[in-house]
Amino acid sequence: MNWWRRVVDLYVDGFRNMTVGRKLWGIVILKLAIMFLVFKLFFFPDLLKENYDNDEDRARAVARELTSGR
Amino acid sequence: MEDLIQVVDWSRMQFALTAIVHWLFVPLTIGLSLIIAVMETIYYRTRNEKWLKTEKFWMTLFAINFAIGVATGIILEFEFGTNWSNYSWFVGDIFGAPLAIEGLLAFFMEATFFAVMFFGWKKVSAGFHLASTWLVAIGVSLSALWILVANAWMQYPVGMEFDPAQMRNVMSDFLAVATSGVAINKFFHAVTSGWVLASVFVIGVSCIIAARGKNLAMAKDSVKVSGWIGLIGIILTMWTGDGSAVEVARVQPMKLAAMEGLYRGEVGQELVGFGLIDTENKEIDLKIGIPKGLSLLANHDMDSFVPGIDDLIDGIALTPEGDTINTVSYAERIEIGKAAQQALRDYEAARQAGDKGAMEAANARIRENYRFFGYGYFNSPQDAVPPVALTFYSFRIMVMAGGYLLLLLIVALFVVYKKPDWFDTRLARWIGALSIPVVWICSEAGWIVAEVGRQPWTIQDILPVQAAVSAVTASSVQITFWLFAVVFAALIAAEISIMVKEVKKGSEREITE
Repeated sequence: MNWWRRVVDLYVDGFRNMTVGRKLWGIVILKLAIMFLVFKLFFFPDLLKENYDNDEDRARAVARELTSGR
Repeated sequence: MEDLIQVVDWSRMQFALTAIVHWLFVPLTIGLSLIIAVMETIYYRTRNEKWLKTEKFWMTLFAINFAIGVATGIILEFEFGTNWSNYSWFVGDIFGAPLAIEGLLAFFMEATFFAVMFFGWKKVSAGFHLASTWLVAIGVSLSALWILVANAWMQYPVGMEFDPAQMRNVMSDFLAVATSGVAINKFFHAVTSGWVLASVFVIGVSCIIAARGKNLAMAKDSVKVSGWIGLIGIILTMWTGDGSAVEVARVQPMKLAAMEGLYRGEVGQELVGFGLIDTENKEIDLKIGIPKGLSLLANHDMDSFVPGIDDLIDGIALTPEGDTINTVSYAERIEIGKAAQQALRDYEAARQAGDKGAMEAANARIRENYRFFGYGYFNSPQDAVPPVALTFYSFRIMVMAGGYLLLLLIVALFVVYKKPDWFDTRLARWIGALSIPVVWICSEAGWIVAEVGRQPWTIQDILPVQAAVSAVTASSVQITFWLFAVVFAALIAAEISIMVKEVKKGSEREITE
């Protein structure tokens, strides 16, 4: 059996034979879905990336913020 | 202005909530991976199956903790981009580089060797499996290294230069960032405290299992391994804690003063062992002090001067002979910070006008005054004082809990070697079970000291929290705060419930049979 096949089998058999692990993978997938598909998409935009087109504009925006006397 | 304060407070609370929850999982992962690796090493050397079965039991709990805790730290990165966008941009690659290394290392090491560790039994040789288990243990600690390097840089910004054209701090010396005394101490302090946490967890769970009667031998074996790791860990934690205190005294004296509730310092300053702080009257009631203890702790010199909060604000220090030395007062720092910020405004104006000469002149003034750049955001020196009571009590909770844990580890080893009959008693079960929350409280209290004690800074002396936050509304941060609170509560409930179920299952069968 070639090396790659053995690596694939390691993962496939491992996942197939899991007991507690299946529940844990369920939690991991649900958690990652909430984090990336809900939190990241709807609540946590990268403000500078979203509001400005390039690094130069981002730098100037931060300069304005940091010198605005807030 | 009121909304800015609210945005700062809610953003801080949200970050604190995320970090505290993340840190519930991390130290257990760090410490348990080491305990498992040691158990597998014993199995590899003795080929005694009981060690393999014992290891597999703890591996299940390790997997539960890892699965539920994994990626909770990524939320901190989301918060950087949304709530702390000024900070995020301002730190540039200094923060990004260690985090990128951590991401790559974590992905490759964990994805590869975790799989071998959990799925590789009978698929790879025993030696390769053992190596994978050790690489997981080393990998999780190395992941922590880069996060802690980034954190240490915020507490002690070195190895960088500010570039006003990019509005960023640019890394000029990677080694200075990665090997600063603060980073090294922080790394070893955090990692060895993880060993202690996991050891106490293993001892606690072993006491619970032993009391049910079926796995006494396995529980004792587990306590022997974790007891020694915990004892070595706590001695190293205390040693690196001492190193951290020296670093704090050197680079964050205001934090040290807050930790001690010290307003006016002395030559040969006492250490407060216990007391109730009265921040209004700047006094400590019911104080039990250790003469010259703080001078010794902070400077390794019993007759040295340790400045208090008001000394630092006034910019005074004393020589061992009691003579006054003037340093830079906080009022002066505010002036210097405002001069740096005005120079930055001038730089921006010159840049827009295309006046290169004026840009260079402004940049020179920025460089000259940059070390106190952040003080320019304050109206009063008092704005630079951290929350004293919370820092003071958190420090005492950490130290007292640490003392209790040292005693627990010594007693656990004594019992398991010399008085094994005491091990499966109700008393041992209760002490073991109740010690589990104590070790987490100790660990979290340590982080509260480190992070609350350095307020109001995100980057020490350079960027305070009110300048670091984004222009977002307080209500939007509040919504996500409560969303996180719900999700984190669910994750913690899931972790505890699955772990309790597994421990119960383990204690109802003979694990090593």
